[in-house]
Amino acid sequence: MDIIARVFADQHPHLLWGLAGVGGLVALGAVVAGALTVLRRDKDYTELRQRIFSWVVMIALISAALLAGWPATTALFAVVSFIALREFLSLAPTRREDRLIVLAAYLAIPVNYAFVALDIYGIYLVLIPVYAFLITPWLMAIIGQTRGYLASVAMFHWGLMTCIYNIGYVAYLMRTPDYELPAGAAGLVFFLLVATEFNDVAQYVWGKLLGRRKIIPRVSPNKTWEGFIGGWISTAALIWFAGPLFTPLEDTGLAVLALVLPVAGFAGDVTMSAIKRDIGVKDTSHLIPGHGGILDRIDSLTFTAPIYFHLLAWFALETF
Amino acid sequence: MIRWLRWLLLLIVVRPIARFLTGADVTGREHLPLKGPAIIAANHNSHVDTLLMLSIFPSKAVMRVRPAAASDYFLKDPVVGWFSRNLVGIVPVARDRVASGEDVLAPAREALAAGDIIVVFPEGTRGDASDEMSRLKSGVARLAEAFPEAPVTPVWIQGAGRVLPKGEVIPVPMNCAVLIGEPLHWNGRRSEFMDGLRDALLTLKDQAPPLRWS
Repeated sequence: MDIIARVFADQHPHLLWGLAGVGGLVALGAVVAGALTVLRRDKDYTELRQRIFSWVVMIALISAALLAGWPATTALFAVVSFIALREFLSLAPTRREDRLIVLAAYLAIPVNYAFVALDIYGIYLVLIPVYAFLITPWLMAIIGQTRGYLASVAMFHWGLMTCIYNIGYVAYLMRTPDYELPAGAAGLVFFLLVATEFNDVAQYVWGKLLGRRKIIPRVSPNKTWEGFIGGWISTAALIWFAGPLFTPLEDTGLAVLALVLPVAGFAGDVTMSAIKRDIGVKDTSHLIPGHGGILDRIDSLTFTAPIYFHLLAWFALETF
Repeated sequence: MIRWLRWLLLLIVVRPIARFLTGADVTGREHLPLKGPAIIAANHNSHVDTLLMLSIFPSKAVMRVRPAAASDYFLKDPVVGWFSRNLVGIVPVARDRVASGEDVLAPAREALAAGDIIVVFPEGTRGDASDEMSRLKSGVARLAEAFPEAPVTPVWIQGAGRVLPKGEVIPVPMNCAVLIGEPLHWNGRRSEFMDGLRDALLTLKDQAPPLRWS
């Protein structure tokens, strides 16, 4: 009990209030889903219940990792990267000759997160965009496989960047020193995740309420201009008003983040939709009941995480 | 004692390894039999198929699950043989003695009589990881005939041949979809039964995510 009390005592109150708020929202969702199930027996709410239960599990895992500190958060996101990359490489076209490259791609995960753990930012920055970028085509050339060479290389590059490098930034945020931050490093990660997921939900809700004009019917037939703009404004407002509680950004930096992050989330979402459409699947797997695969859940995050990090580093953080 | 060792091994070693290597993306879990006698009929492209079949059952039923495996392959070497028999829990099928007229299904029938869940791969051997299904051998129909009360559950495993293709030694993690269909029952005619099983497997295959593998 003493240890638990100490874990909480060390946390910044903004983070604890934030986590409590998210927990409250999900509890409310669970109550509504439960009430709907009981009151309206003619309809099947199984998927809604699964969806909310999965949210509870995901929020519990992430909260526990954030409260436990950077080692746990790094380990958690290394696992997320692995499951995401495995999903991606399993859906994308691969060939028997590529098995070695697939293994090498997995190997990039422990190496990438090792530099997060060692806190060597200068190497983390270039490890995948430069070294893995160059090693992948070289390895493939050594194997002597030239059939569909360029397309295969591009496929591996995409997987490495989105699933490992971009997601790794979530873990790297945890290495920001506390003195630069209003709610600790965990608060920084917390706000990224909340803003990204809030944007997804807000786009969906505005689209359901007002959606009429389709925005990109050939990729995501359910997405509308109304949903996109409504989500944009809502998330920008959230960032503008709640951002100062969790991030060191102010004025221009905060305004840029408020404008850019919702668009990044939308872009990540539709990019993954385009990939799924190309491959011919609706969900990337059934790992998360009610949600689909892990890539369906983190598609926006693969775009928002590196941009959030970059804007923080550019406008505020001395360390990076 | 060794039974408990097997149970522990299946739950704390085999199951995590199978999850790590394949993601074990199971649909239709509610169709799995939880007690024997019961027969699982799956397609076969890799040793990973056996690993998966041993890892998708709930812990209560896993003790009962026994994969049928070729004795000419798995029982040749004494060490592998001990391991296969006691820890994997295989039911030996002497493929090489079919011609001699010996009753090669006797061990499988004994296991069914004892209330086990037998996993059979009716293709008889591993395929080449393309998602073609080869001709089904009718041993499964003879088992169903001997135990008409045992449900025969069709299972399509998509992608195990990519994790560990025939002839490769190093497994590479890739997601596998495991699609479990509604159980079939013995209907009195071998050829009709086999046609039904083939159709059921191909229907499951159609529901599987596309396999981009060449």
